[in-house]
Parts: sequence; C-alpha cells; structure tokens
Amino acid sequence: MTNILVYALHHEGAVNKNSLGAISEAAKLAGELGGEAHALFVGEDVSDDTAAGVGSYGATKALRVKAPAGVAQPIVDALDAVIEQGDYGYVIFGGGLLGFEAGAGLAARRGGGLGVEITGVRVEDGKLVAERPILGDTEISDIRFEGVGIIAARLNAFEPKESGSGAASVEDVDVTLSDAAGKIEIVTRGEQRGADVNIEDAQVLITGGRGLGAAEKFSVAEDLASAFGGSAAVAATRAAVDAGWFPYAGQIGQTGKTVAPKLYLGLGVSGAIQHKVGMQSSDAIVAINKDGNAPIFEFADLGVVGDLHAIAPALAEAIKAKKG
Amino acid sequence: MTKIVVLVKEVPDAAVQKQVDSSTGRLDRGGEKTLNPFDTHAIEAALQLKESGALEVDEVVAVTVGPDSAVKALHKAVSLGADRSIHLTDDALAGSDVVGTGYALAELIKRESPDLVLAGQQSDDGQTYAVGAAVAEYLGWPGLTQVIKLDVDGQTLTCERQAEYGYDTVKVTLPAVISVGDAINEPRYPSLKAIMGAKKKPLESLSLGDAGIDASKVGEAGRKAVWSGSKQPPAKSAGEIIEDEDTAQTVEKIVAWLDDRKLI
Repeated sequence: MTNILVYALHHEGAVNKNSLGAISEAAKLAGELGGEAHALFVGEDVSDDTAAGVGSYGATKALRVKAPAGVAQPIVDALDAVIEQGDYGYVIFGGGLLGFEAGAGLAARRGGGLGVEITGVRVEDGKLVAERPILGDTEISDIRFEGVGIIAARLNAFEPKESGSGAASVEDVDVTLSDAAGKIEIVTRGEQRGADVNIEDAQVLITGGRGLGAAEKFSVAEDLASAFGGSAAVAATRAAVDAGWFPYAGQIGQTGKTVAPKLYLGLGVSGAIQHKVGMQSSDAIVAINKDGNAPIFEFADLGVVGDLHAIAPALAEAIKAKKG
Repeated sequence: MTKIVVLVKEVPDAAVQKQVDSSTGRLDRGGEKTLNPFDTHAIEAALQLKESGALEVDEVVAVTVGPDSAVKALHKAVSLGADRSIHLTDDALAGSDVVGTGYALAELIKRESPDLVLAGQQSDDGQTYAVGAAVAEYLGWPGLTQVIKLDVDGQTLTCERQAEYGYDTVKVTLPAVISVGDAINEPRYPSLKAIMGAKKKPLESLSLGDAGIDASKVGEAGRKAVWSGSKQPPAKSAGEIIEDEDTAQTVEKIVAWLDDRKLI
C-alpha cells in the first residue's frame, strides 16, 4: 500500500485552492495505487474544521503539526517526521513558492526525487509518473522517482474536486524542529501593498508589464481599459508590482491572481512562465511588446511587435471611435 | 569579517534554440553559453552588501558546477566583481538532478565556510528554482528564496519577498542561503577593464575527488528523479503576428481582429 501525503497551504483559516486541487489529485492517484491521500497542516492555529474539511476533497486523514507557518524549514521537519512514521511513497505540493522550497529541502533530507512545475501525474506499473513541460512548454518530459517521489505542481495544474466523502479524521503530530527552523522567523505574512483592486471579475483585462517603463505609464493601460468600457480593468505583472507601479491585489500569476477574461491584452508583458500560469486560460490573448523574442508571442493569439507607447493610445482612440 | 559565496550557473544563450537530446532525455546544453542572467542579481546583491558596508565583506567567491565551458560563466562573475571563483567539474557529474547538484554545491560551500550564500531565483534553462533550498538543507542552514529586499543587522538578515498571500517579511540568522528575486536590484555591466582582467583572478578547478565529494550521490548514479523522453504537448494553433511598421495600419489590424471576435 502506498499513501500520498499532500502539504496543505493555508492562511487565515482557508486552505489554498491549489492545495485542495493537489488533495483531489492525490486522492484519485492513491485510489489507483491502493492507498490513501493524507493532508498535512503546519501552523499555530489550524482549527478542527479547517483540517477536517479536506475530507470533502478526498483526504482520509488530516495531520496537524503545531509550528510556525509561512516558511519552508518547519514544513520539511513536519513532512520528514510524518513520512518516517508512515507508509508514504509520494508527497505532492499544489502550486506555490513554499512547495518548491519545502519540496527541495525534503528531497535533500530524505534522499528523494524532486519534480517541479509538474502539470500532470499518471500511474504506470504501480508507480507515479510526473509530467514536466520544458523549453517554454514546447515539450513535456516524464519524471520517474526513486526513493520518495516529491511532486511540486505548477499553479492551477490540479482542479479541486469535492468528492463528498465527508470529514477527514484529524490527528495531531508532535515534531521536533531542526536547528535551521529555529533560525528563520516570519515577522509579517501576506502584507497587501497598494489599493484593493478587483481583476478577477473583469471580461477585459489590460495588463501592464515591465515594458510600460514607469508607474505613471499605467495611464496608457487605464485609457485603453476605459475605451473598452463596461467590465474592463487594469492588471499587472509581478515585475510591475515589485517595482511599486501597481497594487499587489491587481497582480496576475504565480504569487498573484489567476484570471480567465474574454480578452487579455498585455502591454510590455514578457510572458514569463510565472505570469503565464495565471492567465493562460483567457479566451483571447493579445500582446504588444517591442521585443520580438518575448515568450508571450509563443502563446498569444495576436502578437504585435512594436512600441506600445505609440500603439496603445492610438488603439484606445480607434476603439472609442468604433464604439461611437 | 565575512565571506559571501555566490552560486552561479552557465546556461544556453537565450537567443539560441534549445532542444532535448532524445537518446538521454536530457536538455542538450550545447551551443553558445552565458552566465545565467538571474545569477547576476545575486552577484550584484553581494557587491552591494560589500560596498555599502552593511556587511564587512572580505571576499565574494563565485562557485559553479558544470562542464569545462562553465569557466566562461565564472569569468563573467569575476568581471562583475567576484574576487575569485571555484569550478567543480567531473564527468561523473553529468545527469545530476537538483538534489545531487545541491549536495555537490553544499560540499564546496563547506570548504569555504562562508557566512552567507546567495543564489539567483532560477536558472534560465532548467528553471528549477529549487537548488538554493536543497543546498540550505544539506548545510543545515536556514534558507529563503525569491528575496527582493535584504537588510543586514549583525547576524540577522531581514528579508522581504512576495509569496502567495502578499508580501512576507522574514528574519533569518546567519549563516544562511538566500536566493534573490530579479526585482532586488539592477545588475551593473562589467567594465572593459574588468572583462580583460577576469582571467587573471584566481580560479580553482576541482574534481569530485579533490573536493571530497561522494560520486555515488551525484550524476546518473545518484539521481532520484529520472527524466525520460519528451513528447509534444497538444498542438495549439499558432497565433497571428503583426510587425508594426505603420502605427495607423497596425491599429486598424488590431481593431479588425478584435471586432471579428466581438471583443469590442
């Protein structure tokens, strides 16, 4: 029997959607392997309800470790201790920074195999095979594991599915933390920088990237959004948000929001994988970027190689004129 | 007095078409090579700590694992300001997974016993993000990735990064392994003089035996994640590309495209 352990990322009482997706996927895979999916929580204040709730997504057991949340070292310690005591062949992380960090740490600690950015997992000969897109997603490699297999999924790789199997049994586990865990302390977590903007309900999203060049150039994006009118909004890439040009709440991608508008229009967006994972389900993708080698042109439905500062204002005027 | 080790890697030049060797399932790392652009931010971060006096830095040492050609990445690293460099190169390293590479790097770092290890956020080719975290685990040190602000006060680093729920502030006690995000700084360009002088800075070349690294834990012998053949993803129809030559015409084409799809 081979069980699968899933790290359950959580914040303010809610389990991350990507972790729930990983739990659903693990439950399905564990069923094929003849085992169970268990979820592991690390935190100071995980309620019984939060922990037991993962049962709805197919986990039969929720393991709860009381330790600081938000950094990788206590997660590695917790997973290591649980694997030591149980019968686990695999660990799955939903998309997320902590998954990459804790996954690598755990693979090093236990001498396991690590696959990151995994977009699919299947069972072959009683073992898991992970699918990893490479070379700008133009090819997909298979990864097989020796020792414990550690799978850190790409954002949105797995959909949460409520299987309705009821509450998971909750079990508290005592873990002795490593020295390294004592040398890292999270001071503030999840600080929101800038205004609270809503990009998830917009039908048209004008997204500003590093190529906009400055905070005030977001007016170009705003003007284009208002030309579309109705439910158009402005969003940004991580680079633009980290530069302080746009609020964090309006960020698309790995550490921001996942969106799927009818039209995504990128202005000076390069299309790094961390951005792509948050917007690739958009119905239509248009990109304006002066760098013809930008990765976004590999997956845009319409790519415009040119100066956004000339094209976007003219486009806004033309759309306004067309709408009359 | 402190020492900073910066982990660097050579990667195929972004402008060169990359491919997978179908017989081995490995990325064909042939062709023009360059220093991983993400690593230049780690070198810059080390130099800024040194120059600002935030840390009294004696030495910045660039370390890499890779074939003979990786020397070029080290030359670039020292031309940017690293004081010397170390190159672990051995045929037995070929095919290492991220855990094996992390182990080998950790062994090299132990020889240097630095106070701080800096790395880039990801490699431009393998995009694994994970090597810094594996190195931290092998060293038994705290580690943090994607750091975009780094302040030092004695033995404590105050780091900021963006994670799933917003910005996090994390305090880390040295020695530590920190991977920096590309938003942390704007890397400098090397001067012509520094480029010319790069080959004169000390470069130590080590085999596994020289470094006391267990060959069974690296390369194909040590790997626990085994990659095999690649396949094409479901075909997606190629997008349309407009090369802008005349703004009015370009805009007309975009409007027509949007209008056809009832997006206006």
